[in-house]
Amino acid sequence: MEVLALLIPVSLFLGGIGLAAFFWSLRGKQYDDPEGDARRILSDDWDDRPKP
Amino acid sequence: MDGTATPSVSACPACAVAPAAADVAAAARADDTAPVLLSVPGAHCALCISTLEKGLEKLPQVRSARVNLTLKRVSVEAEPGVTAADLIPEVARLGYTAHELDAGMLRASGTDTTGRDLMMRMGVAGFAMMNVMLLSIAVWSGAQDATRDLFHWISAAIALPTIAFAAQPFFRSALAGFRAGQLNMDAPISLAILLAAGTSLYETWNSGEHAYFDAAVALTFFLLIGRYLDHRTRAVARSAAQELAALEVPRALRLSEAGEAVVPVAELTVGDLVRVLPGARVPADGVVEDGTSEVDRGLLTGESLPAFAGPGTALAAGEMNLTGPLVMRVTAAGRDSSLHRMADLVAVAEAGRGRYTSIADRIVKYYAPGVHILAGLSWAGWMLYAGDMRQATNIAAAVLIITCPCALGLAVPAVMTAASGRLFRRGVLIKDGTALERLAEVDTVVFDKTGTLTEGRPDPTNLADHPRESVAVALALAAGSSHPLARALAEAATAMGLGPAAVTELREVPGYGVEGRFGGETVRFGRAAWVGAEAGADTAAWLRIGRSAPREFTFADRLRDGAADTVQALVARGLRVELLSGDAEAPVAALAQRLGIEHWRAGVLPAEKADRVARLTAEGRKVLMVGDGLNDTAALAGAHVSISPATALDAARTASDIVLMGGTLAPVAETVETSRRAIARIRENIGISNVYNLIAVPLAVIGLCTPLIAALAMSSSSITVTLNALRLRR
Repeated sequence: MEVLALLIPVSLFLGGIGLAAFFWSLRGKQYDDPEGDARRILSDDWDDRPKP
Repeated sequence: MDGTATPSVSACPACAVAPAAADVAAAARADDTAPVLLSVPGAHCALCISTLEKGLEKLPQVRSARVNLTLKRVSVEAEPGVTAADLIPEVARLGYTAHELDAGMLRASGTDTTGRDLMMRMGVAGFAMMNVMLLSIAVWSGAQDATRDLFHWISAAIALPTIAFAAQPFFRSALAGFRAGQLNMDAPISLAILLAAGTSLYETWNSGEHAYFDAAVALTFFLLIGRYLDHRTRAVARSAAQELAALEVPRALRLSEAGEAVVPVAELTVGDLVRVLPGARVPADGVVEDGTSEVDRGLLTGESLPAFAGPGTALAAGEMNLTGPLVMRVTAAGRDSSLHRMADLVAVAEAGRGRYTSIADRIVKYYAPGVHILAGLSWAGWMLYAGDMRQATNIAAAVLIITCPCALGLAVPAVMTAASGRLFRRGVLIKDGTALERLAEVDTVVFDKTGTLTEGRPDPTNLADHPRESVAVALALAAGSSHPLARALAEAATAMGLGPAAVTELREVPGYGVEGRFGGETVRFGRAAWVGAEAGADTAAWLRIGRSAPREFTFADRLRDGAADTVQALVARGLRVELLSGDAEAPVAALAQRLGIEHWRAGVLPAEKADRVARLTAEGRKVLMVGDGLNDTAALAGAHVSISPATALDAARTASDIVLMGGTLAPVAETVETSRRAIARIRENIGISNVYNLIAVPLAVIGLCTPLIAALAMSSSSITVTLNALRLRR
């Protein structure tokens, strides 16, 4: 049972990373245009270099 | 994409009838750094995105362009001074139609903060639910003593802050309900969440066996999903409706000593001189000072015949100028104009409609007190039977959790999102949250004629009766004019394979017709009186070659695409279909016969239309009004539910609950069908969740409900109702 002392904080920490990533994506306006973003991946406009 | 949008002023549809001119004026003064917003309804694919963005960014005055495909908009960062009017032709060159959007009127132009806020709470609740559930699984599978207490404590440490943050929307709405003295759906939800968290904390403190932290957090999560769906459906509808309003930014060409200037319609005052160009709408009531032309009163009165306008003719706001430029002196603007009087009529009609209570609200009225009484009774029963306060409170909390209105909170928004998403893809825009529910109850459909069942565009009817040479002469004369009858004739004659005859010295006489010389003779094509003929009952243009007898070219209003099928489908479904038109008797009768409409009336005044709808309503009928003109506005507002095509005057669109975005009327029947299916699905969902309740509530009341049963009942009922709702999408 001692392993719990390690596993619970680890699992909470990993979940927390996921939550932080969600907050980051939310702040990055990644949910403003779900349809457009789904299509943008198909275009090869900026495949060789990033958009300036 | 930044948040420079200013809050919009008018939220009430009736007062937006005269468009929110203050917004327009404010937007004109908006700072230059704000992005130019264009609506691009045609954009639909990855290629569209890259064509538009690359094409626009190539322009020297454009810094960057970004397409939002979900909202079908492009936001352009341009050099100061670049306006939407400069960019629309550029977008047209790329092959897309673009409309100007008024950034001032579009609150949701940047990002939707409420939606993001709900999503953030949803994310937190989802994260907490996963972790608490994981810990709960250990407890359910038999963790004992210190381990169980530890897990409960960790659950509490996750659940309590989560509830404090994520469940705020429910608490706030429940509080607002209490303040207004009514029990809304959020009251039982808030009580269940708070009581579950409270008793669980107490149990944990006393090393008890059952803690409902998982249930409290899961409840919050599921209900937040419902809340978010609800919000998104409303936001999409609202933004599209604002877009429609912004499509017609009302401006007028004012003449003064300083020259011509474009001003917002709201700034016009009595006595101003205004120039009305052919193809433009009359901005205010007035009298013609100079120029002759013809005006189309179709949108105001339903008349399909254009009327002559010359010096001294009175014009009303909303009429369309057809052939020649007119200079008009404003006699009534703003509050006094006929447009505004119509708005008063609308306000009266709307007051008569009364408030509609949605299915969810109707159920909540019984549900909320019922749940509280049930929980209270279980508590009292257990107090009398066992006398153990702690046990009784635990059981009351379990009852509240089980009965929590997940079906109402999640199932209704899920069905509505699925239904309106499906209709949106077919070009039907639902503007009002309860419109679908009301539409499902409809048993009578009242149609307007001009502009609704017909396109308000004429079609020549007797072209084949004339010699080819006459038609060729008429074509040559008509080709030079922008009058709708002339255009229709030119189109039809060209389609017949005719070329224009060699007519020279073409000259348009605005308000009368077109004149020219053909083979040494004067030829005229235009109004009956001008060519020396007696006007008949039909819509007609007359041709006179030299001294020979004038020939009559008759026209009938073109049927709108899908009109015949729609009427048939509605009749087949057992609905009573009526036709009310402000037009003359002959064309209305002909159309009614063509479409097989039994009940029709012609020459109906706007107030009479509203009266007829009110009388049908008084007979206990639920009326669906379909109309487009200013003369329909009061009837649209007074009907149980109303639909207007996108070509309708913005006052009519504002007054109606549903707008058809495409040119066809065909979706009307499908919308009625979908609304009925959606309501059936809602009832099914409520039934399904009641089955879960019927099984779990007795267990909870007799004290056999464990947190495991609560979690199972809640999750499975939520998932079932959501899946059932999604079946509508197909």
